[in-house]
Amino acid sequence: MISINIHKRLKGTQGNFDLQIDEIISEGDFIGVYGKSGTGKTSLLRLLSGLDIPNEGCIKVAERVWYDSGNKINIPVQQRNIGYVFQEDVLFPNMTVLQNLRFALSKSNEIKLLDELIDIMELKELLDFNTYQLSGGQKQRVSLARALVSQPKLLLLDEPLSALDYEMRQRLQDYIKKAHKTYKLTTLMVSHDPWELYQLVNKVWEIDEGKVIRKGTPRQILPLDLYKNI
Amino acid sequence: MLFLNSFNWMPLLLTGKLALITTLILVIIGVPLAYKIAFSKSRFKPVFEALIGMPLVLPPTVIGFYFLLLFSPAYGFGKYLKNIFDIQLVFSFSGLVIASLLYSLPFMVQPIQNGLQSLPKNLHEASYILGKSKWQTLWYVLLPNSKKAILTGMVLTFAHTIGEFGVVLMVGGSIPNKTQVASSIIYEHVEALNYEAAHKYSAILLLISFVILVAVYSLSKNNMSFLRRNN
Repeated sequence: MISINIHKRLKGTQGNFDLQIDEIISEGDFIGVYGKSGTGKTSLLRLLSGLDIPNEGCIKVAERVWYDSGNKINIPVQQRNIGYVFQEDVLFPNMTVLQNLRFALSKSNEIKLLDELIDIMELKELLDFNTYQLSGGQKQRVSLARALVSQPKLLLLDEPLSALDYEMRQRLQDYIKKAHKTYKLTTLMVSHDPWELYQLVNKVWEIDEGKVIRKGTPRQILPLDLYKNI
Repeated sequence: MLFLNSFNWMPLLLTGKLALITTLILVIIGVPLAYKIAFSKSRFKPVFEALIGMPLVLPPTVIGFYFLLLFSPAYGFGKYLKNIFDIQLVFSFSGLVIASLLYSLPFMVQPIQNGLQSLPKNLHEASYILGKSKWQTLWYVLLPNSKKAILTGMVLTFAHTIGEFGVVLMVGGSIPNKTQVASSIIYEHVEALNYEAAHKYSAILLLISFVILVAVYSLSKNNMSFLRRNN
């Protein structure tokens, strides 16, 4: 279980606003973070990961405190063991695909898992490629695999599919679904594509101006006219 | 061949030695310094940048003058070195190296700093998320992707040190076989109206500098294409 109760002052395009999130995530949840751009969705992921620090509040994961402004606790991003896939490609250009994956290994990780991931994500043919040789979809597939090498319990996806075409999205969604299930992950995925969220998540938080304004199942929250054709 | 037999190569060798040593030491100092400044969030960052950039705007003679005072065995620091360690930096090759390090510092630091700053911000964040420390991130991710910037810093430092004149003359005093580098012997030959000798050194310096730059730029061109494909 993850409990989040944080406050962060954010600069938006239309002035400052407060990100104020007080939510609980159950283990195994796949949560869609939905809303317009510039409302604090990415900031929420960055605060959870430790890339940014809240102004105040508390983040607790299982029984471990990641952040507590009252007791001045802030576990650095390196020790939070999170999987994170960014919107844009952040594979290391100086390494091949395999080197990128191996870079994520720490001493306690098993090579076996790496082989398994290569298998599940169907990366065998790409291993010796340089990252600039990959297509957008292949890059995000490698990014997803790299994010999972260290066996994180929490996976954060920041619009990882937004730059891909429709067909590629469909395939990547399958990979994400498979990864979430196989590794019993708790996943948060930012997206403003209702269709994508409907396919993947079991809960949706709709965020506006830094606050969760509605939450529920995808059917309850996401725009209904979307389902006319289903 | 007569030309070569009677020719004193020492100033050119000293110039090369000085440029090489300065470049090697500066790359070791310059990389961590550039990293510190590139990612500094301190409000004093402009002050540090200005300090490092000072040699760009100061007349070399000003730097030379203060080094002369600093190294002089008659005062403070130089006196201390002389009394305790029996080291005299003024009019010595070591003194030249130290002065060159400061004089060429911005030529090493600024290109590397720019290179590091131009990398996508997410690149080092991605490395942190994978559990890597700042040091590991710098070594395995940031520096390998800044090869061109580092190479540029090294070329500029090397070339700039070859071209030093004011500082080396003030600090080194142009002592034959010790601190008399090519640029200072040219000046002396010109002053003595010995144009032929001055011309020989000048032409050789011109040629050497050109060859070095062509060699390194063609090398960096390969590196550049490597980086272009990567980014």
